[in-house]
Amino acid sequence: MSLTRQDVEKVALLARLKFDDEGLDKMTSHMVQIVEYVDKLSELNTDDVEPMAHALDVFNALAEDEPRASLPREEALRNAPKNDDEYFRVPAVLGE
Amino acid sequence: MSELPYEIVIGLEVHVQLKTNTKLFCRCSTAFGSPPNTQTCPVCLGMPGSLPVMNKKAYFLGMKTALALHCGIPKFTKWDRKNYFYPDLPKGYQTSQFDLPMSEEGYLDIKSTKDEFEPRRVRIIRAHLEEDAGKSIHDEAAGKADSRIDLNRTGTPLLEIVSYPDMRSAAEAKAYMQELRLLLTYLDVSDCNMQEGSLRCDANVNLHITTDDGVIATPIVEIKNMNSFRSVERGINYEAKRQYDVWQETGKVLGELPKQTRGWDDSAQVTRSQREKEESADYRYFPCPDLIPVVVTDEQIDEVRHEIGDLPAALRDRLESEYDLTTYTADVIVNQGLGFVEYYLELAAASGDNKLAGNWVQGEVLRILNDLEIGISDFGVSAAALAELLKLIQAGDLDSSKAKDVFTVMLESGKSAAAVVEDLGIEKVDESALEDLCRLLVERNQRIVDDVKNGNEKAVGALIGQAKKENPNVNPGQVRQICLDIINSL
Repeated sequence: MSLTRQDVEKVALLARLKFDDEGLDKMTSHMVQIVEYVDKLSELNTDDVEPMAHALDVFNALAEDEPRASLPREEALRNAPKNDDEYFRVPAVLGE
Repeated sequence: MSELPYEIVIGLEVHVQLKTNTKLFCRCSTAFGSPPNTQTCPVCLGMPGSLPVMNKKAYFLGMKTALALHCGIPKFTKWDRKNYFYPDLPKGYQTSQFDLPMSEEGYLDIKSTKDEFEPRRVRIIRAHLEEDAGKSIHDEAAGKADSRIDLNRTGTPLLEIVSYPDMRSAAEAKAYMQELRLLLTYLDVSDCNMQEGSLRCDANVNLHITTDDGVIATPIVEIKNMNSFRSVERGINYEAKRQYDVWQETGKVLGELPKQTRGWDDSAQVTRSQREKEESADYRYFPCPDLIPVVVTDEQIDEVRHEIGDLPAALRDRLESEYDLTTYTADVIVNQGLGFVEYYLELAAASGDNKLAGNWVQGEVLRILNDLEIGISDFGVSAAALAELLKLIQAGDLDSSKAKDVFTVMLESGKSAAAVVEDLGIEKVDESALEDLCRLLVERNQRIVDDVKNGNEKAVGALIGQAKKENPNVNPGQVRQICLDIINSL
């Protein structure tokens, strides 16, 4: 499997990244190399291997439904580029 | 119902907020209505390095609901990331379930007591757990000012219940929602408050239209924002008509247009197209590496199964078959909720008269609950107290109109039926005195006797009126029967 420039453009759009032509070329060649590297795995015969859903062989990490203190609002809002001491403020979201 | 030139095909996706104290993957409170952004932590804010941990109760409430919907519970389930950007989704993905949901393949039966549609089994594709997003508050003049974001709701546990496209009318979709809500209420897994968004519904709708060239299907539209049973019904009917008009105009069929999302505007009573980004359908699901899969045993599933009490469908059947109530009465009683059913069962047992108890709860009790806008748990007359009243009716001590008077006073005063009867001066008329009175009336009214003898039984009504004048405490039913007996024996 090989990635095309169009694939990379699409992934960039989905990730909200913007590249100029030069950057896109560079990113495409990087990503092709990464995919080719990972593709090496498909050389292995996995016919008798059960698919795994998680890297750890651990199950059922469940927590009891008991509330703990949340962050003070000031702390929660602190990293936001913009807030009004009550809400996060974001550029107007268009559409309904 | 008038014949439509098309068949509506409807599948519903219902989001149920589960009744937990804390969020799905962190221990922030889920309480509704707190000041904005006071129920967040590094996990639900999506801070790097924070680690989500699954809420045990949310998983088991989800399983309980799935079992009640006759779903199978896979032994292994895992969590996936659904990737998209939106300001009320701080992590940039929603933690949901993709290919291995916690439950699959169930059903919910719906029926109409008003004959709006044939009974139908709506199959369920799956019910899976996922987290809710936050709340965006947009400025009225869109585009002018910032949007405000409250992340208190972010991470609240939802069970998404997805049906097959098995419904064929808006009335069926509404009935499905109502029956589902009733079931969830009986299971006590959600408060089902539609105003607070605890129960939300999206509908996938299209039409099958019979043409000269066979049946065609119109493109599927997903309707969002239907926040009441009424808007579910109206939104779907509006959308069906709109699709038919568009098809007549453009001739576009399924596959020729992408799936569209439209929002129901309740004030304007129309659906409106929602802005769709071209790439929005590409969610790039992948397993969430931060969350550990869940494995359950048969024993655990059985344990949850045993926690499930009586459910609406089974109770309706039981009230009909064991308590000999009509389909309609059984439906009315069950639809009021488990507390009301328990009230009825207690009343039926204490009074020993299932039918009379059914008539009273469905009539007088329900009328008063509706008048006062209260639930059965706040009702002032206990089932035991009402049973005493019903016993007086059965014994012939009270006729139904007097019994209603007594009931009203019981409700106001909190006194027992016997005490109220005494207060009101209602006395049971001695049997022999009653018979003497009837005999006297029959002797005095030869014409009525002749009328009755000639087959007009109704004529005896005039004697009841006279009897009441003589003694206001007489029981009209008894007077009628005794008079008829006397006349017939003449």
